[in-house]
Amino acid sequence: MIALLLRDLKLAFRAGGGFGLGLAFFLILTVLVPFSVGPQSSLLSSIAPGVLWLGALLACLLSLDRLLALDWEDGSLDLLATAPVPLESVVTIKALAHWLTTGLPLVLVAPLLGVLLNLPVAGFFWLVISLLLGTPALSVIGTFGAALTVGLKRGGLLLSLLVLPLYVPTLIFGAEVARRGAAGMETTTPLLMLAGITAAVIALLPFASAAVLRVNLR
Amino acid sequence: MTISAKANAIWAYANPKKFLAASERVLPFFWISSGLCLVVGLTWGFFFTPDDYRQGSTVKIIYLHVPAALLAINTWFMMLVASLIWLIRRHHVSVLAARAAAPVGVVMTVIALVTGAIWGQPMWGTWWAWDPRLTSFLILFLFYLGYIALWEAIENPDAAADLTSVLCLVGSVFAVLSRYAVNFWNQGLHQGASVMRIEAVTGADTQEKVSNVFFFPLLICIVGFVLLFVALVLYRTGTEIRARRFRALLARERAGA
Repeated sequence: MIALLLRDLKLAFRAGGGFGLGLAFFLILTVLVPFSVGPQSSLLSSIAPGVLWLGALLACLLSLDRLLALDWEDGSLDLLATAPVPLESVVTIKALAHWLTTGLPLVLVAPLLGVLLNLPVAGFFWLVISLLLGTPALSVIGTFGAALTVGLKRGGLLLSLLVLPLYVPTLIFGAEVARRGAAGMETTTPLLMLAGITAAVIALLPFASAAVLRVNLR
Repeated sequence: MTISAKANAIWAYANPKKFLAASERVLPFFWISSGLCLVVGLTWGFFFTPDDYRQGSTVKIIYLHVPAALLAINTWFMMLVASLIWLIRRHHVSVLAARAAAPVGVVMTVIALVTGAIWGQPMWGTWWAWDPRLTSFLILFLFYLGYIALWEAIENPDAAADLTSVLCLVGSVFAVLSRYAVNFWNQGLHQGASVMRIEAVTGADTQEKVSNVFFFPLLICIVGFVLLFVALVLYRTGTEIRARRFRALLARERAGA
Protein backbone atom coordinates (compact mmCIF):
# COMPACT_ATOMS: atom_id res chain seq x y z
CA MET A 1 0.00 0.00 0.00
CA ILE A 2 2.84 2.37 0.80
CA ALA A 3 4.40 1.38 -2.51
CA LEU A 4 1.15 2.33 -4.23
CA LEU A 5 1.08 5.68 -2.45
CA LEU A 6 4.69 6.41 -3.44
CA ARG A 7 3.97 5.39 -7.02
CA ASP A 8 0.98 7.72 -7.23
CA LEU A 9 2.94 10.58 -5.70
CA LYS A 10 5.84 10.03 -8.10
CA LEU A 11 3.50 9.95 -11.09
CA ALA A 12 1.85 13.16 -9.94
CA PHE A 13 5.12 15.04 -9.44
CA ARG A 14 6.73 14.03 -12.74
CA ALA A 15 6.06 15.78 -16.01
CA GLY A 16 2.54 15.30 -17.31
CA GLY A 17 1.27 14.36 -13.88
CA GLY A 18 -0.74 17.52 -13.60
CA PHE A 19 0.72 18.53 -10.25
CA GLY A 20 0.42 22.29 -9.86
CA LEU A 21 -2.45 22.51 -12.33
CA GLY A 22 -4.94 22.82 -9.49
CA LEU A 23 -2.73 25.39 -7.79
CA ALA A 24 -2.51 27.49 -10.94
CA PHE A 25 -6.27 27.28 -11.37
CA PHE A 26 -6.77 28.42 -7.77
CA LEU A 27 -4.43 31.36 -8.32
CA ILE A 28 -6.10 32.45 -11.56
CA LEU A 29 -9.59 32.17 -10.08
CA THR A 30 -8.57 34.32 -7.13
CA VAL A 31 -7.03 36.92 -9.43
CA LEU A 32 -10.15 37.02 -11.58
CA VAL A 33 -12.52 37.64 -8.67
CA PRO A 34 -11.59 41.32 -8.10
CA PHE A 35 -11.97 41.91 -11.85
CA SER A 36 -15.53 40.62 -11.75
CA VAL A 37 -16.80 42.14 -8.49
CA GLY A 38 -14.72 45.32 -8.29
CA PRO A 39 -11.65 46.27 -6.26
CA GLN A 40 -13.27 47.74 -3.10
CA SER A 41 -11.31 46.21 -0.24
CA SER A 42 -14.30 46.05 2.13
CA LEU A 43 -16.32 44.02 -0.37
CA LEU A 44 -13.36 41.73 -1.10
CA SER A 45 -12.62 41.07 2.54
CA SER A 46 -16.23 40.14 3.22
CA ILE A 47 -16.41 37.62 0.37
CA ALA A 48 -12.82 36.34 0.69
CA PRO A 49 -13.51 33.24 2.86
CA GLY A 50 -16.29 32.05 0.57
CA VAL A 51 -14.35 32.70 -2.62
CA LEU A 52 -11.27 30.91 -1.32
CA TRP A 53 -13.34 27.90 -0.28
CA LEU A 54 -15.11 27.79 -3.62
CA GLY A 55 -11.80 28.13 -5.46
CA ALA A 56 -10.26 25.27 -3.49
CA LEU A 57 -13.33 23.13 -4.18
CA LEU A 58 -13.23 23.77 -7.92
CA ALA A 59 -9.48 23.19 -8.05
CA CYS A 60 -10.08 19.82 -6.37
CA LEU A 61 -12.80 19.01 -8.89
CA LEU A 62 -10.52 19.87 -11.79
CA SER A 63 -8.06 17.07 -11.10
CA LEU A 64 -10.64 14.38 -10.30
CA ASP A 65 -11.05 12.94 -13.78
CA ARG A 66 -7.33 12.02 -13.86
CA LEU A 67 -7.58 10.31 -10.48
CA LEU A 68 -8.51 6.87 -11.81
CA ALA A 69 -8.84 7.41 -15.57
CA LEU A 70 -5.10 7.15 -16.30
CA ASP A 71 -4.81 3.86 -14.41
CA TRP A 72 -7.94 2.66 -16.18
CA GLU A 73 -6.50 3.42 -19.60
CA ASP A 74 -3.15 1.67 -19.16
CA GLY A 75 -4.74 -1.29 -17.40
CA SER A 76 -3.00 -0.91 -14.05
CA LEU A 77 -6.39 -0.59 -12.37
CA ASP A 78 -7.19 -4.18 -13.37
CA LEU A 79 -3.92 -5.29 -11.82
CA LEU A 80 -4.67 -3.39 -8.64
CA ALA A 81 -8.10 -5.01 -8.46
CA THR A 82 -6.61 -8.50 -8.66
CA ALA A 83 -3.71 -7.65 -6.31
CA PRO A 84 -3.80 -9.14 -2.80
CA VAL A 85 -4.80 -5.72 -1.41
CA PRO A 86 -8.49 -5.00 -0.80
CA LEU A 87 -9.92 -2.59 -3.34
CA GLU A 88 -11.29 -0.48 -0.47
CA SER A 89 -7.77 0.35 0.66
CA VAL A 90 -6.66 0.95 -2.93
CA VAL A 91 -9.28 3.68 -3.36
CA THR A 92 -8.43 5.10 0.07
CA ILE A 93 -4.77 5.33 -0.92
CA LYS A 94 -5.81 6.90 -4.23
CA ALA A 95 -7.81 9.52 -2.32
CA LEU A 96 -4.90 10.10 0.05
CA ALA A 97 -2.52 10.61 -2.87
CA HIS A 98 -4.99 13.01 -4.45
CA TRP A 99 -5.23 14.97 -1.22
CA LEU A 100 -1.44 15.11 -0.79
CA THR A 101 -0.93 16.37 -4.34
CA THR A 102 -3.98 18.65 -4.62
CA GLY A 103 -5.65 19.37 -1.28
CA LEU A 104 -2.59 19.96 0.88
CA PRO A 105 -0.91 22.42 -1.55
CA LEU A 106 -4.20 24.31 -1.80
CA VAL A 107 -4.31 24.60 1.99
CA LEU A 108 -0.75 25.91 1.99
CA VAL A 109 -1.24 28.61 -0.66
CA ALA A 110 -4.70 29.69 0.54
CA PRO A 111 -3.29 32.21 3.09
CA LEU A 112 -1.18 33.84 0.38
CA LEU A 113 -4.23 34.23 -1.82
CA GLY A 114 -6.08 35.50 1.25
CA VAL A 115 -3.71 38.46 1.24
CA LEU A 116 -4.74 39.22 -2.34
CA LEU A 117 -8.40 39.27 -1.33
CA ASN A 118 -7.82 41.36 1.78
CA LEU A 119 -8.90 38.60 4.18
CA PRO A 120 -9.21 39.93 7.77
CA VAL A 121 -6.27 38.94 10.00
CA ALA A 122 -8.45 36.82 12.30
CA GLY A 123 -9.60 34.80 9.29
CA PHE A 124 -6.24 33.30 8.25
CA PHE A 125 -6.04 30.78 11.06
CA TRP A 126 -9.63 29.59 10.59
CA LEU A 127 -9.30 29.46 6.80
CA VAL A 128 -6.31 27.13 7.06
CA ILE A 129 -7.96 25.01 9.77
CA SER A 130 -11.22 24.66 7.84
CA LEU A 131 -9.46 23.79 4.57
CA LEU A 132 -7.18 21.34 6.37
CA LEU A 133 -10.22 19.57 7.82
CA GLY A 134 -12.44 19.88 4.75
CA THR A 135 -10.25 19.08 1.74
CA PRO A 136 -9.76 15.38 2.71
CA ALA A 137 -13.55 15.01 2.47
CA LEU A 138 -13.45 16.65 -0.97
CA SER A 139 -10.82 14.14 -2.13
CA VAL A 140 -12.69 11.10 -0.78
CA ILE A 141 -16.05 12.18 -2.22
CA GLY A 142 -14.31 12.98 -5.49
CA THR A 143 -12.79 9.49 -5.57
CA PHE A 144 -16.31 8.08 -5.35
CA GLY A 145 -17.36 10.22 -8.30
CA ALA A 146 -14.27 9.21 -10.27
CA ALA A 147 -14.97 5.53 -9.57
CA LEU A 148 -18.57 5.96 -10.79
CA THR A 149 -17.57 7.50 -14.11
CA VAL A 150 -14.24 5.77 -14.78
CA GLY A 151 -15.48 3.63 -17.66
CA LEU A 152 -17.15 6.45 -19.56
CA LYS A 153 -15.64 8.12 -22.59
CA ARG A 154 -16.92 11.61 -21.83
CA GLY A 155 -17.05 11.26 -18.08
CA GLY A 156 -15.53 14.63 -17.18
CA LEU A 157 -18.63 16.78 -17.28
CA LEU A 158 -20.84 14.07 -15.81
CA LEU A 159 -18.32 13.71 -12.99
CA SER A 160 -18.80 17.37 -12.02
CA LEU A 161 -22.58 17.04 -12.23
CA LEU A 162 -22.49 14.04 -9.88
CA VAL A 163 -19.88 15.31 -7.44
CA LEU A 164 -20.94 18.94 -6.98
CA PRO A 165 -24.23 18.19 -5.15
CA LEU A 166 -22.30 15.81 -2.87
CA TYR A 167 -19.92 18.68 -2.01
CA VAL A 168 -22.74 20.86 -0.65
CA PRO A 169 -22.57 19.93 3.07
CA THR A 170 -18.76 20.13 3.18
CA LEU A 171 -18.78 23.51 1.47
CA ILE A 172 -21.49 24.91 3.74
CA PHE A 173 -19.77 23.97 6.98
CA GLY A 174 -16.24 24.67 5.74
CA ALA A 175 -17.05 28.13 4.42
CA GLU A 176 -19.11 28.82 7.54
CA VAL A 177 -16.05 28.14 9.73
CA ALA A 178 -13.91 30.46 7.61
CA ARG A 179 -16.58 33.17 7.51
CA ARG A 180 -17.29 33.09 11.23
CA GLY A 181 -13.58 33.02 11.96
CA ALA A 182 -12.99 36.06 9.76
CA ALA A 183 -15.83 37.89 11.51
CA GLY A 184 -14.41 36.99 14.91
CA MET A 185 -17.36 34.80 15.88
CA GLU A 186 -17.63 31.45 17.62
CA THR A 187 -16.70 28.60 15.22
CA THR A 188 -17.08 25.46 17.33
CA THR A 189 -20.36 24.11 15.92
CA PRO A 190 -19.58 24.25 12.18
CA LEU A 191 -16.02 23.12 12.91
CA LEU A 192 -17.27 20.00 14.67
CA MET A 193 -19.77 19.32 11.89
CA LEU A 194 -17.05 19.69 9.27
CA ALA A 195 -14.74 17.34 11.16
CA GLY A 196 -17.64 14.90 11.57
CA ILE A 197 -18.39 14.90 7.84
CA THR A 198 -14.74 14.32 6.99
CA ALA A 199 -14.38 11.48 9.49
CA ALA A 200 -17.61 9.79 8.41
CA VAL A 201 -16.81 10.13 4.72
CA ILE A 202 -13.31 8.67 5.16
CA ALA A 203 -14.73 5.78 7.17
CA LEU A 204 -17.67 4.86 4.94
CA LEU A 205 -17.34 6.14 1.39
CA PRO A 206 -14.35 3.96 0.31
CA PHE A 207 -16.69 0.95 0.53
CA ALA A 208 -19.09 2.56 -1.92
CA SER A 209 -16.19 3.64 -4.17
CA ALA A 210 -14.77 0.11 -4.21
CA ALA A 211 -18.22 -1.35 -4.94
CA VAL A 212 -18.80 0.86 -7.98
CA LEU A 213 -15.23 0.32 -9.15
CA ARG A 214 -15.84 -3.46 -9.09
CA VAL A 215 -18.94 -2.94 -11.22
CA ASN A 216 -16.96 -0.85 -13.68
CA LEU A 217 -14.13 -3.40 -13.87
CA ARG A 218 -16.52 -6.32 -14.43
CA MET B 1 -45.75 -20.97 6.09
CA THR B 2 -48.37 -18.32 5.48
CA ILE B 3 -45.77 -15.61 5.87
CA SER B 4 -43.52 -17.07 3.21
CA ALA B 5 -46.53 -17.56 0.94
CA LYS B 6 -47.45 -13.91 1.42
CA ALA B 7 -43.90 -12.80 0.74
CA ASN B 8 -43.87 -14.86 -2.42
CA ALA B 9 -47.06 -13.15 -3.51
CA ILE B 10 -45.31 -9.79 -3.53
CA TRP B 11 -42.09 -11.03 -5.11
CA ALA B 12 -44.03 -12.80 -7.85
CA TYR B 13 -44.41 -9.40 -9.50
CA ALA B 14 -40.65 -9.25 -9.89
CA ASN B 15 -41.34 -11.42 -12.91
CA PRO B 16 -41.65 -8.86 -15.75
CA LYS B 17 -44.40 -10.83 -17.49
CA LYS B 18 -46.55 -11.03 -14.37
CA PHE B 19 -45.80 -7.41 -13.59
CA LEU B 20 -46.92 -6.27 -17.04
CA ALA B 21 -50.12 -8.30 -16.90
CA ALA B 22 -51.00 -7.07 -13.40
CA SER B 23 -50.10 -3.44 -14.09
CA GLU B 24 -52.20 -3.44 -17.26
CA ARG B 25 -55.15 -4.69 -15.25
CA VAL B 26 -54.88 -1.98 -12.56
CA LEU B 27 -53.68 0.91 -14.71
CA PRO B 28 -57.14 2.05 -15.94
CA PHE B 29 -58.30 2.21 -12.34
CA PHE B 30 -55.37 4.46 -11.40
CA TRP B 31 -55.74 6.74 -14.44
CA ILE B 32 -59.49 7.21 -13.93
CA SER B 33 -59.41 7.65 -10.15
CA SER B 34 -56.49 10.10 -10.28
CA GLY B 35 -58.25 12.11 -12.99
CA LEU B 36 -61.43 12.13 -10.93
CA CYS B 37 -59.63 13.20 -7.74
CA LEU B 38 -57.72 15.95 -9.53
CA VAL B 39 -60.79 17.33 -11.28
CA VAL B 40 -62.85 17.29 -8.08
CA GLY B 41 -60.04 18.54 -5.83
CA LEU B 42 -58.84 21.32 -8.11
CA THR B 43 -62.36 22.52 -9.01
CA TRP B 44 -63.35 22.52 -5.35
CA GLY B 45 -60.11 24.23 -4.42
CA PHE B 46 -60.10 26.86 -7.13
CA PHE B 47 -63.79 27.81 -7.28
CA PHE B 48 -65.52 26.74 -4.07
CA THR B 49 -63.19 27.80 -1.29
CA PRO B 50 -63.12 31.31 0.16
CA ASP B 51 -60.14 33.60 -0.36
CA ASP B 52 -57.69 33.76 2.49
CA TYR B 53 -58.15 36.91 4.55
CA ARG B 54 -54.51 37.88 4.20
CA GLN B 55 -53.33 36.18 1.01
CA GLY B 56 -56.40 36.66 -1.16
CA SER B 57 -56.88 34.16 -3.97
CA THR B 58 -53.12 33.58 -4.21
CA VAL B 59 -53.50 30.94 -1.52
CA LYS B 60 -55.14 28.61 -4.05
CA ILE B 61 -51.81 27.72 -5.59
CA ILE B 62 -51.45 25.50 -2.53
CA TYR B 63 -53.46 22.82 -4.37
CA LEU B 64 -50.59 22.34 -6.82
CA HIS B 65 -47.66 23.35 -4.65
CA VAL B 66 -48.11 21.07 -1.65
CA PRO B 67 -48.91 17.79 -3.48
CA ALA B 68 -46.04 18.34 -5.93
CA ALA B 69 -43.59 19.08 -3.14
CA LEU B 70 -44.77 16.03 -1.19
CA LEU B 71 -44.25 13.78 -4.20
CA ALA B 72 -40.91 15.36 -5.12
CA ILE B 73 -39.43 14.09 -1.85
CA ASN B 74 -41.27 10.78 -1.71
CA THR B 75 -40.32 9.89 -5.27
CA TRP B 76 -36.68 9.95 -4.23
CA PHE B 77 -37.57 7.79 -1.24
CA MET B 78 -39.35 5.31 -3.54
CA MET B 79 -36.29 5.25 -5.81
CA LEU B 80 -34.11 4.53 -2.77
CA VAL B 81 -36.29 1.55 -1.76
CA ALA B 82 -36.38 0.24 -5.34
CA SER B 83 -32.59 0.60 -5.64
CA LEU B 84 -32.10 -1.30 -2.39
CA ILE B 85 -34.36 -4.10 -3.64
CA TRP B 86 -32.28 -4.28 -6.82
CA LEU B 87 -28.98 -4.35 -4.92
CA ILE B 88 -30.20 -7.02 -2.50
CA ARG B 89 -32.52 -9.23 -4.56
CA ARG B 90 -31.50 -8.39 -8.14
CA HIS B 91 -35.02 -7.91 -9.50
CA HIS B 92 -34.84 -6.06 -12.80
CA VAL B 93 -38.38 -4.67 -12.53
CA SER B 94 -37.43 -2.90 -9.31
CA VAL B 95 -34.52 -0.97 -10.76
CA LEU B 96 -36.50 -0.15 -13.90
CA ALA B 97 -39.23 1.28 -11.68
CA ALA B 98 -36.62 3.51 -10.03
CA ARG B 99 -35.45 4.63 -13.44
CA ALA B 100 -39.04 5.26 -14.53
CA ALA B 101 -39.80 7.29 -11.41
CA ALA B 102 -36.85 9.69 -11.70
CA PRO B 103 -38.24 11.95 -14.49
CA VAL B 104 -41.58 12.08 -12.67
CA GLY B 105 -39.69 13.23 -9.58
CA VAL B 106 -37.87 15.91 -11.56
CA VAL B 107 -41.15 17.25 -12.95
CA MET B 108 -42.69 17.32 -9.47
CA THR B 109 -39.64 19.17 -8.11
CA VAL B 110 -39.88 21.72 -10.92
CA ILE B 111 -43.62 22.17 -10.34
CA ALA B 112 -42.99 22.73 -6.63
CA LEU B 113 -40.20 25.23 -7.33
CA VAL B 114 -42.10 27.14 -10.02
CA THR B 115 -45.43 27.32 -8.16
CA GLY B 116 -43.44 28.30 -5.08
CA ALA B 117 -41.82 31.15 -6.98
CA ILE B 118 -45.19 32.32 -8.34
CA TRP B 119 -46.62 32.14 -4.83
CA GLY B 120 -43.61 33.79 -3.25
CA GLN B 121 -43.60 36.80 -5.55
CA PRO B 122 -46.77 38.46 -4.17
CA MET B 123 -46.37 37.09 -0.62
CA TRP B 124 -42.69 37.61 0.14
CA GLY B 125 -42.03 40.15 -2.62
CA THR B 126 -39.44 37.95 -4.28
CA TRP B 127 -39.35 35.08 -6.75
CA TRP B 128 -36.52 33.39 -5.00
CA ALA B 129 -34.93 33.52 -1.57
CA TRP B 130 -32.14 31.32 -0.20
CA ASP B 131 -34.50 29.85 2.30
CA PRO B 132 -33.60 26.37 3.63
CA ARG B 133 -36.64 24.65 2.13
CA LEU B 134 -36.21 26.29 -1.26
CA THR B 135 -32.50 25.58 -1.28
CA SER B 136 -33.01 21.94 -0.30
CA PHE B 137 -35.40 21.51 -3.21
CA LEU B 138 -32.89 23.00 -5.59
CA ILE B 139 -30.27 20.56 -4.31
CA LEU B 140 -32.75 17.70 -4.66
CA PHE B 141 -33.29 18.80 -8.26
CA LEU B 142 -29.53 18.54 -8.86
CA PHE B 143 -29.48 15.04 -7.38
CA TYR B 144 -32.27 13.97 -9.74
CA LEU B 145 -30.36 15.41 -12.72
CA GLY B 146 -27.20 13.54 -11.75
CA TYR B 147 -29.10 10.27 -11.33
CA ILE B 148 -30.81 10.56 -14.72
CA ALA B 149 -27.59 11.68 -16.45
CA LEU B 150 -25.74 8.64 -15.09
CA TRP B 151 -28.48 6.31 -16.41
CA GLU B 152 -28.20 7.91 -19.83
CA ALA B 153 -24.42 7.80 -19.95
CA ILE B 154 -23.81 4.09 -19.33
CA GLU B 155 -24.45 1.63 -22.13
CA ASN B 156 -24.39 -1.71 -20.31
CA PRO B 157 -27.85 -1.90 -18.64
CA ASP B 158 -26.78 -4.03 -15.65
CA ALA B 159 -23.76 -1.87 -14.86
CA ALA B 160 -25.97 1.21 -15.20
CA ALA B 161 -28.47 -0.30 -12.77
CA ASP B 162 -25.76 -1.08 -10.21
CA LEU B 163 -24.02 2.28 -10.47
CA THR B 164 -27.20 4.37 -10.32
CA SER B 165 -28.45 2.35 -7.36
CA VAL B 166 -25.27 3.01 -5.40
CA LEU B 167 -25.46 6.68 -6.41
CA CYS B 168 -29.07 6.79 -5.16
CA LEU B 169 -27.96 5.28 -1.83
CA VAL B 170 -25.00 7.62 -1.34
CA GLY B 171 -27.03 10.54 -2.68
CA SER B 172 -29.78 9.94 -0.12
CA VAL B 173 -27.33 10.22 2.74
CA PHE B 174 -25.87 13.41 1.30
CA ALA B 175 -29.31 14.84 0.55
CA VAL B 176 -30.32 14.45 4.20
CA LEU B 177 -26.98 15.88 5.28
CA SER B 178 -27.48 18.84 2.94
CA ARG B 179 -30.92 19.45 4.43
CA TYR B 180 -29.40 19.82 7.90
CA ALA B 181 -26.46 21.84 6.62
CA VAL B 182 -28.78 24.24 4.80
CA ASN B 183 -30.96 24.60 7.90
CA PHE B 184 -27.89 25.52 9.85
CA TRP B 185 -26.69 27.89 7.16
CA ASN B 186 -29.76 30.11 6.87
CA GLN B 187 -33.00 30.56 8.75
CA GLY B 188 -35.89 30.92 6.40
CA LEU B 189 -39.06 32.62 5.27
CA HIS B 190 -41.00 29.46 4.49
CA GLN B 191 -43.54 28.38 7.08
CA GLY B 192 -43.04 25.13 8.96
CA ALA B 193 -45.03 21.94 8.49
CA SER B 194 -48.64 23.02 8.68
CA VAL B 195 -50.63 20.47 6.71
CA MET B 196 -49.93 17.09 8.19
CA ARG B 197 -49.96 18.02 11.85
CA ILE B 198 -52.44 16.15 14.03
CA GLU B 199 -53.17 19.28 16.10
CA ALA B 200 -53.92 21.16 12.93
CA VAL B 201 -56.44 18.59 11.70
CA THR B 202 -58.25 18.16 15.01
CA GLY B 203 -58.29 21.91 15.53
CA ALA B 204 -56.47 21.81 18.88
CA ASP B 205 -53.83 24.17 17.55
CA THR B 206 -55.20 27.24 15.82
CA GLN B 207 -51.93 29.13 15.37
CA GLU B 208 -50.17 27.82 12.27
CA LYS B 209 -52.60 25.44 10.70
CA VAL B 210 -54.15 25.20 7.30
CA SER B 211 -57.85 25.80 7.84
CA ASN B 212 -60.16 22.83 7.29
CA VAL B 213 -61.88 24.78 4.52
CA PHE B 214 -58.67 24.48 2.53
CA PHE B 215 -57.60 21.17 3.99
CA PHE B 216 -60.21 18.82 2.50
CA PRO B 217 -59.83 19.85 -1.15
CA LEU B 218 -56.07 19.81 -0.56
CA LEU B 219 -56.31 16.24 0.72
CA ILE B 220 -58.22 15.20 -2.40
CA CYS B 221 -55.58 16.88 -4.57
CA ILE B 222 -52.81 15.04 -2.72
CA VAL B 223 -54.59 11.72 -3.23
CA GLY B 224 -55.05 12.59 -6.90
CA PHE B 225 -51.36 13.41 -7.32
CA VAL B 226 -50.31 10.18 -5.58
CA LEU B 227 -52.61 8.10 -7.80
CA LEU B 228 -51.27 9.93 -10.85
CA PHE B 229 -47.73 9.19 -9.70
CA VAL B 230 -48.48 5.48 -9.30
CA ALA B 231 -50.12 5.37 -12.72
CA LEU B 232 -47.20 7.17 -14.38
CA VAL B 233 -44.58 4.97 -12.74
CA LEU B 234 -46.42 1.73 -13.60
CA TYR B 235 -46.88 2.90 -17.16
CA ARG B 236 -43.30 4.05 -17.58
CA THR B 237 -41.94 0.87 -15.98
CA GLY B 238 -43.95 -1.14 -18.50
CA THR B 239 -42.42 0.94 -21.28
CA GLU B 240 -38.91 0.35 -19.91
CA ILE B 241 -39.50 -3.41 -19.77
CA ARG B 242 -40.78 -3.47 -23.34
CA ALA B 243 -37.89 -1.29 -24.55
CA ARG B 244 -35.42 -3.67 -22.97
CA ARG B 245 -37.14 -6.71 -24.56
CA PHE B 246 -37.11 -4.96 -27.89
CA ARG B 247 -33.39 -4.32 -27.60
CA ALA B 248 -32.78 -7.95 -26.65
CA LEU B 249 -34.78 -9.14 -29.68
CA LEU B 250 -32.85 -6.83 -32.00
CA ALA B 251 -29.54 -8.06 -30.59
CA ARG B 252 -30.62 -11.69 -31.05
CA GLU B 253 -31.65 -11.02 -34.64
CA ARG B 254 -28.35 -9.35 -35.42
CA ALA B 255 -26.48 -12.25 -33.87
CA GLY B 256 -28.51 -14.72 -35.93
CA ALA B 257 -27.99 -12.88 -39.21
